[in-house]
Amino acid sequence: MPLYHTDDQAMLAETVTGFIADEGAIKKQLRRWRDENCQDGFGHDLWRRFAEMGLTGMLVAEADGGLGMGHTEAGIVLEQIGRNLTPSPFLTTSVMATTALAGGSDDVRGRWLPGIVAGQTVAAMAIDEGAKHRPERIACRAEKAGNGFRLSGAKDFVVHGASADVLIVAARTSGADDDDAGITLFAVPKDASGVSHDNVRLVDSSMASHVKFDAVELDGGAVIGDVDGGRELLGRVLAAGRAGAAAEQAGVAGGAMDMTVDYLKQRKQFGKLIGEFQALQHRAAHLYSELEIARAAVIKAQQLLDANDEGAISQRAQIMVSVAKAKAGKVAGLAVREGVQMHGGIGMTDEYDIGLYMKRDRALAEFMGDAFYHTQRVAELSGY
Amino acid sequence: MSDLEAFRAEIRAWLDANCPPEMREPVRTEDDVCWGGREFKFKNDAQRQWLESCAAKGYTVPDWPKEYGGAGMSAAEAKVWREEMAKIGARIPLSSFGIWMLGPALLKFGSEEQKRHYLNQIARGEIRWCQGYSEPGSGSDLVSLQTYGEDKGDHWVVNGQKIWTSYADKADWIFCLVRTDKADKYQGISFLLFDMQSPGVSTKPILLISGNSPFCETFFDNVKVPKDQIVGPLNRGWDVAKYLLGHEREMISGAGGGDRTAAIGAAMNRMSGGVDPILRAELAQFDVDALAYAAMGEKFMDEVKVGKGHPAKSNMMKYAGTELNKRRHELVMASGGSAALEWDSEGSDGGSKARNWLRTKANSIEGGTSEVMLNVIAKRILELPGVS
Ligand SMILES: Cc1cc2nc3c(=O)[nH]c(=O)nc-3n(C[C@H](O)[C@H](O)[C@H](O)COP(=O)(O)OP(=O)(O)OC[C@H]3O[C@@H](n4cnc5c(N)ncnc54)[C@H](O)[C@@H]3O)c2cc1C
Ligand SMILES: Cc1cc2nc3c(=O)[nH]c(=O)nc-3n(C[C@H](O)[C@H](O)[C@H](O)COP(=O)(O)OP(=O)(O)OC[C@H]3O[C@@H](n4cnc5c(N)ncnc54)[C@H](O)[C@@H]3O)c2cc1C
Repeated sequence: MPLYHTDDQAMLAETVTGFIADEGAIKKQLRRWRDENCQDGFGHDLWRRFAEMGLTGMLVAEADGGLGMGHTEAGIVLEQIGRNLTPSPFLTTSVMATTALAGGSDDVRGRWLPGIVAGQTVAAMAIDEGAKHRPERIACRAEKAGNGFRLSGAKDFVVHGASADVLIVAARTSGADDDDAGITLFAVPKDASGVSHDNVRLVDSSMASHVKFDAVELDGGAVIGDVDGGRELLGRVLAAGRAGAAAEQAGVAGGAMDMTVDYLKQRKQFGKLIGEFQALQHRAAHLYSELEIARAAVIKAQQLLDANDEGAISQRAQIMVSVAKAKAGKVAGLAVREGVQMHGGIGMTDEYDIGLYMKRDRALAEFMGDAFYHTQRVAELSGY
Repeated sequence: MSDLEAFRAEIRAWLDANCPPEMREPVRTEDDVCWGGREFKFKNDAQRQWLESCAAKGYTVPDWPKEYGGAGMSAAEAKVWREEMAKIGARIPLSSFGIWMLGPALLKFGSEEQKRHYLNQIARGEIRWCQGYSEPGSGSDLVSLQTYGEDKGDHWVVNGQKIWTSYADKADWIFCLVRTDKADKYQGISFLLFDMQSPGVSTKPILLISGNSPFCETFFDNVKVPKDQIVGPLNRGWDVAKYLLGHEREMISGAGGGDRTAAIGAAMNRMSGGVDPILRAELAQFDVDALAYAAMGEKFMDEVKVGKGHPAKSNMMKYAGTELNKRRHELVMASGGSAALEWDSEGSDGGSKARNWLRTKANSIEGGTSEVMLNVIAKRILELPGVS
């Protein structure tokens, strides 16, 4: 398959680009919710508009009422979300939670997917336990209790956690904290008793929750997939989230770069446009090259994931997903740093958007593993 | 089975039957590369047989039209060909400036007669070409070149000097930029082809830091070039030259995949029985960049074949690919330690690590320097003002 968008994907991109640039614009969404101190960190009206556009259920199987599309299509949406810094539960809900739920029974799918597709349900991913992404270690425990489970422990930095209608929780049902086996995924409803949130605002104005589970009683219907055998499904969820976050970072980088290159063509100093200075030209050209490469890595990862959406993810896809997240992370970091620097003093002001790109990138860098984590993973998967 | 899968099966069977085992070994030294040409000495029968079998099927230039010596493959088929070659580690049957540079320019600008004549020769590896662009005073600023062709009716008389002419002493013919109008800088250059055995052509090899001597100073002293050996219109050679440079840059970029885009961390760790943690980290970062670049190469090639992508993109590929390749060889040296310093011992394949490391430093100079690539990106892609 050629490494560019098919005609259908290009059409989707055109629609989505216009839609998000308009309704998801920085002024209408990010600045508004930030300035209103909104505790959800995103707008529910826009989420319903995503549903009307058919985006919320794009990864949901047609049999479950979705569009049955792939990671490449989801990436198209995420790139635009990134470019416009649009606060949205799309990545956690429509990419990660739907991937998790797809591995569940008819019951659990039937309970949650219709709401997601309709834009009424928001899901959050409760995986990390600590400040750094480290899903190899899961200490949060769910013990068998009667016909169900009793969940105890904590999850950290659960994006949209406090406002989500359902938390997808990766918990340990057997074994030691670092074991590969013994993981089970659960769909924990918002109102389950014993769930409490410490909702915090992050540097990018998004909201994340430190969630505590205090002997939360769950019936068997909360289980997604196999008890104790959730590692593979979790792997699929992580891969979807990582490839998605990489696409969003490529979008952030693209937005920051375009804004900066435009600025180089407007600002005059020393009687010249600053874009005439070779010191800046070469850095901009270098950034362009790096960003093109990051985009290629992202689409390659998406295509490899789409090529094996059933069953285990191939080794090649695993490596490429980490390559994509690492590369997009490094390049987006470069883009926002160069962006602020080349804007000079105004790059430091709240009034200009370039600083918002820097903040968003910082949060995305941590989400689902930073460039260091994924570089290390590439080495390990390659056998050294 | 789809047509493409059937095609893949056919290619696989053909390679299985025709690619000799020796030609599935990695290229280690310069004489492992088959350059063709009048004077070429094959290293062994396998090398000769591999070239001949491929040439007979048009596989030395798979996507050229059949009438010009190619196999007429579509973009998708040519990709299958590359993939199947890579799968068995097959060497390319013929390396040639004719294939990478002159051929594409002839396909676009050559007359029908020129195409039939020269392209078939190139495809069969009969004529080895060299490139006469750079001059002592005209490197990055190529358009300032001074080599002059005086109009003598049915021929030109060429005088001047070229430099850095790769393989000039081994080449049979040269494609050469010659000023034919002193009054017009850009529209005063013509693109000429001539035999290196023409009276008045002489070469003087230049020794490189790698200890090899693949390039020369090339002198023209009243060289007669017949008028039918011009490609494109008179004084419009700059268009041909630039188009050719696009292909040269694509070739140097390593976009086509292979060794230049592979990850190396695992092999380096094996080779040195484990490396220091900070070096390991650099290898891992390199692998991330290399694998990402490999995807870029694949995307670039896919897009080029269907006319997508920015026309100046080969400059970006050249910049990124060559800087990456230099880093690769720095890491090979660091991982190899003192063993990589050996210069001419048998155990080191005649110092191949050190010599390759030094050779790669030229990657970001030849075919246009990295700085010039960045200028072109800034100007043509980012459309920044006042690029010099
Ligand atoms: C936090 C903060 C506090 C400050 N406090 C003070 C203060 O107390 N008093 C005061 O007077 N000023 C203050 N400044 C202003 C500061 O000195 C200027 O921001 C600085 O000199 C850059 O000017 P500029 O913002 O107009 O950027 P510009 O000059 O417009 O520069 C924009 C970009 O172009 C680049 N550039 C410009 N010219 C060239 C060139 N010839 N070659 C290559 N690149 C070039 C710059 O490096 C930069 O990346 C402050 C700025 C900040 C951010
Ligand atoms: C191994 C090798 C093989 C070669 N083979 C051939 C061949 O077969 N045929 C042929 O014709 N030529 C060949 N060349 C020549 C090659 O194309 C030139 O070396 C190249 O174009 C650079 O020219 P130069 O060496 O004169 O360097 P210069 O142009 O003098 O450059 C010197 C430095 O200045 C920088 N510089 C120049 N202009 C600018 C600018 N505007 N902005 C910023 N920086 C700038 C350059 O990037 C470089 O770092 C070969 C070179 C090498 C190393």
